[in-house]
Amino acid sequence: MGSKTHNAMGWLFVLPVVVLVAFNAVIPLMAVVNYSVQETFGNNMFFFEGVKWFEQVLHSDRFHASLGRQLMFSGIVLAIEVPLGVAIALAMPRRGPWVSVCLVLMALPLLIPWNVVGAMWNIFALPDIGMLGRLLNDLGINYNYTQQPISAWATLIAMDVWHWTSLVVLLAYAGLSAIPDAYYQAAKIDGASSWAVFRYIQLPKMKRVLTIAILLRFMDSFNIHTEPFVLTGGGPGNATTLLSIDLVKIALGQFDLGPAAAMSIIYFLIILLLSWIFYVVMTRDEEH
Amino acid sequence: MATISLNNIEHSYLARPRAPEDWALKRLDLEWLDGGAYALLGPSGCGKTTLLNIISGLVRPTEGKVLFDGIDLTDRPTDRRHIAQVFQFPVVYDTMTVWENLAFPLRNRRLPRAEIEQKVAAIADMLDLSGMLDKRAAGLTADGKQKISLGRGLVRSDVNVVMFDEPLTVIDPHLKWQLRSKLKELHQRTRRTMIYVTHDQTEALTFADKVVVMHEGSVVQIGSPLELFERPRHTFVGHFIGSPGMNVLPCAVDGGAVLFAGQRVAVEKPPTAAIGGRRTEIGVRPEFVTLAQAGIPVSIVKVSDAGRFRIVEARHGDDRIKLLVEQGVAVPADTAHVRFDPAHTRLYADGQLLE
Repeated sequence: MGSKTHNAMGWLFVLPVVVLVAFNAVIPLMAVVNYSVQETFGNNMFFFEGVKWFEQVLHSDRFHASLGRQLMFSGIVLAIEVPLGVAIALAMPRRGPWVSVCLVLMALPLLIPWNVVGAMWNIFALPDIGMLGRLLNDLGINYNYTQQPISAWATLIAMDVWHWTSLVVLLAYAGLSAIPDAYYQAAKIDGASSWAVFRYIQLPKMKRVLTIAILLRFMDSFNIHTEPFVLTGGGPGNATTLLSIDLVKIALGQFDLGPAAAMSIIYFLIILLLSWIFYVVMTRDEEH
Repeated sequence: MATISLNNIEHSYLARPRAPEDWALKRLDLEWLDGGAYALLGPSGCGKTTLLNIISGLVRPTEGKVLFDGIDLTDRPTDRRHIAQVFQFPVVYDTMTVWENLAFPLRNRRLPRAEIEQKVAAIADMLDLSGMLDKRAAGLTADGKQKISLGRGLVRSDVNVVMFDEPLTVIDPHLKWQLRSKLKELHQRTRRTMIYVTHDQTEALTFADKVVVMHEGSVVQIGSPLELFERPRHTFVGHFIGSPGMNVLPCAVDGGAVLFAGQRVAVEKPPTAAIGGRRTEIGVRPEFVTLAQAGIPVSIVKVSDAGRFRIVEARHGDDRIKLLVEQGVAVPADTAHVRFDPAHTRLYADGQLLE
């Protein structure tokens, strides 16, 4: 009896959050689900279509191409940012006045809004007047991100690395700072090489924060929209049309609400599935 | 295996120490004989860990020299001093198995595989870890992990000294006793020099043949557990060792006579030389204070039961005197007289025993 009263009170306390989540997540998501199974010709007239849009998206070459580009983008970005972030964190001072200087420098890119980052790099990399673009061309490198897919990709990746490696650095640094000195002292006494210290002390102790870093970087890079939108708008051609750019084109450019909704759900499920796989793989030995 | 000497060691963690309290260690000379079981005892912050880290080379002393068998190793790094250290919190390599943990120091020193296997097996047997060699070290309990830390030190044959920095802090009370006797047994089997740092007198007194008592960066007494109990050379030792600690009572000295509470108190060694302006105290352990018909008048403050005997807290003026009274002996409710055993009542000047 007493516990029942207690439970009822509990519901009351979580109610504000339930309402909040309902309005900002569940209801919009349900609207998308609603669109994804219907056809509309305007005038608020809807016809039930079942899984037709899902089949269409899954069999579309255009979707496959965007998904392929997206996977490649996230893969390259993770492969650069994680090792680079760990390396920078290892090189940062562990104590002393330089710690705060390093931390502030590292945090700076994270404070800049996405569209500003895109605009900055857009100008920075312009082949005729941008500092980077002009320099590369003066050095004899044929570089033009608005015309060459390779240049566009290189710029996009450089921009993401510049913007987000700090996140990995800060997380890895937090993991490193949590290692008690005794571990390093014991390793010294055991005669461990610096590689062994990294392999058997630092890396295992950083594993949890790195799991978080990889998950965050994966999800964020897989969702990336603003920066490539501002930098290249998906071009040249479709070279940098990543999933979310493609999705916005379908939904707001072509106004194909049904296929766009179906694609959103598939997109969401892919992120969910891949994040779950990452998580399971990275935490699998912890149960022993 | 080596005799370790510390010559005129001084250490400060500050770049430019000025005041005496800037020094974590005040000038000291110490010798650790090969094969001894030592304890370094003192309250937190007395400099014992600093001293330990100076021996292991994790800290370089501001002044003085560290000699191993007469060879100056002051500037030699930890990994080339042939020492082993067990820390307060167990250090194990989480991703390795117990076997790999024990083999790690040997593998780093590139010993042949067969030798590693034989040594690890012997150490695992000594530490009762044989049954769990294939287990992940991360899955062990705190005492198991602490055994691994210890094993990584003992597995090497080149170790001059094994040092323990409050190794039982995180161990469950009922396992503390087990692990402590295991350490004692290991010392007897391996005859390695062991230095055990602790602030727990029971741990120090049960483990060590020689106890080094530290106080505010200085060594105040080195002796066997019995010597520390019977002849504390400093009031700090008397107070710190023993439970309850020694009674330290301010007294006056008049020529050869020691006066407390307006009465003459017989002490083991009456003062011979002039005391000068020094602060004088008598020290007498509660074990050597008895209730008597006549003597120093006291009022009884508290009686607490400690099992075989009772601890009686009495008061004379502002001075508190503790005494142990066996069960069955009546303790007066309010006032009584106490008497100090002259053979165990000592005179201290400025904290130092007068000898």
